[in-house]
Amino acid sequence: MTLTAPQPKADTADAAATVEFRGLRRAFGSTVALDGLDLAVRPGELLALLGPSGCGKTTALRMLAGFEHPDSGALLVDGEDVTRVPAHRRDAGMVFQSYSLFPHLSALDNVAFGLRMRKVGTAERRARAAELLELVGLGDKSGRFPHQLSGGQQQRVALARALALRPRVLLLDEPLSALDAKVRLTLREEIRRIQQELGITTLFVTHDQEEALSIADRVAVMRGGRLEQCSAPRELYADPATEFVAEFVGTVSRLPGRTNGTGAVRVLGRTVPVKSGSPAGEVEVDVLVRPEAVRVAADPEGNGQVVAATFLGATTRLTVRLPHDGPEIKADVPTADAGDFAPGVRVAVTLPDQSVMVVDRAG
Amino acid sequence: MARLTSRGIGKVRPGRGVVLLCAAVYFLLPLAASVIFTVDIPGQGVNFDVYEQILGAEGFVASLLLSLELAAATIALVLLLMVPAMVALRLGARRLRPVVEIVCSLPLVVPPIAFVAGIATVLTWGPEYLSTTPLFQTFVAVQNPDFPVVLVLAYTVMALPFVYRALDAGLRSIDVPTLVEAARNCGAGWAQALVRAVLPNLRGALLNASFLTLALVLGEFTVAQILKFRPFAVWIVGIGGSQAQMSVAVSVLSLFVTWLLLLAIAAFGGRTPSPTTTEK
Repeated sequence: MTLTAPQPKADTADAAATVEFRGLRRAFGSTVALDGLDLAVRPGELLALLGPSGCGKTTALRMLAGFEHPDSGALLVDGEDVTRVPAHRRDAGMVFQSYSLFPHLSALDNVAFGLRMRKVGTAERRARAAELLELVGLGDKSGRFPHQLSGGQQQRVALARALALRPRVLLLDEPLSALDAKVRLTLREEIRRIQQELGITTLFVTHDQEEALSIADRVAVMRGGRLEQCSAPRELYADPATEFVAEFVGTVSRLPGRTNGTGAVRVLGRTVPVKSGSPAGEVEVDVLVRPEAVRVAADPEGNGQVVAATFLGATTRLTVRLPHDGPEIKADVPTADAGDFAPGVRVAVTLPDQSVMVVDRAG
Repeated sequence: MARLTSRGIGKVRPGRGVVLLCAAVYFLLPLAASVIFTVDIPGQGVNFDVYEQILGAEGFVASLLLSLELAAATIALVLLLMVPAMVALRLGARRLRPVVEIVCSLPLVVPPIAFVAGIATVLTWGPEYLSTTPLFQTFVAVQNPDFPVVLVLAYTVMALPFVYRALDAGLRSIDVPTLVEAARNCGAGWAQALVRAVLPNLRGALLNASFLTLALVLGEFTVAQILKFRPFAVWIVGIGGSQAQMSVAVSVLSLFVTWLLLLAIAAFGGRTPSPTTTEK
């Protein structure tokens, strides 16, 4: 299996495009899919659009492909307004969520379809299609029809087909959602490898945060048709801009706290610094903490009691109830130590001396 | 599924055999009896004189050709009408599907005799002051006995229920919106997407629709007879006359002609994707 790109990075990276969504709005009847989306994608980056169902991420992608049209706003590729350009002239290769190969064509002919539409000569298009099938690791399956290929293989062919016309932008609409867990993992790594080799600007729609965080250069979290935050995965996780992002990306627990008006908050009996945006004065707030930032130690006199333990592999996630019908808090401990934390065991819960995020008290 | 399959292959199921036997007796016995009746002359042994008489009779070739032309024109018209309409229903106008289904089913509830009575009334209607207008000329043109367009129009309407169902079954088996979007994403315009991505996957449905339309046109008698045209079905009834042997022979012959034509379409269209569909 040859895993080298047929077109070296220099060929495409220099030509990698910028993409800009400017104030895009789109409503379907009374449902607002996009409510003024502003987003810029840098040349050659893989940007994941992440959000819950109905947040508008697929609508945004389909708009860039030319399958939907905005009620207002503009779409720019390399600074050029493509809002009114029809789908077949958009120069954007797309991989669809559902299997979209042409059932009557072999894998090779599927990949060559776009070149045929562009009236590329037979020999050239067959050679190019064969190269692309090699790139996605299916050089030996060129004569197979879609019904003779597995789901993962079909999506690889779809990826090769999307790349055949050397598009300026690659659009991936939840391409892995129909595949089983192991194939998803392999294929997402393949997608990332190919994207980096070709240096092509790529938008990847997903509702799976792990998928987004693991392969994207930046992740744009959407909610209600608007952008909540667009940052590198590490920043998104460690420094979420909003309460929604904090709760949607990863797991957080809410602990009651009280700010002291000097940029710190009193929580679990100690005072820790607050990240930017601390409310002025002394206010009742919720402190958001990640499970890995919570320390637990077995202590018969401790302030919490383990109510559940979930095995996650290397770590075990404990659910600890705080006293006086207090909130439940999640805490990760190494699985090797998990034997000390059976349900019912009393534990002492503490927070390290790290800055925390605070939000208005829920309810 | 696997369990069902292995049961189907491994076990002899007498119930199925009985059903098959009953069906064979019901269909094949009368057919065999008809053939024997037409070729076995008591006291003279087997001869094919009746068939020779039919084939040699005046008008055989002309009426058969007329029927074939009408069938070809009807198939072309009904597919040109229905394929884009039904693809459009899948792509953008889903709410209209029940409306189109009801409209296409109407010919089933209108008896051909009522249908043709209406057509005949319209064709014979013509006030004096219209005699010099294009409308009158059109009425004359569609009734040209060499190629009666009015029959094509009537048969198109009568074929709608069958064509609708055949195409609907084919379209259900493919994801039309995704295929069209994938084709457009690959640089195909709307028409190219339809021709290159959708139609090849509807080959079975198109063949089925053509089969049904061909069978309908070849066997249709009422409309053609009342409008006084002479396609194959009308001719064959006329030639049967009052001779018992001759009238059975024409029935057998018309069955075989229809079968032969259906086989020809099947052979021409093919059924499964083969390596020959790979682009060269």
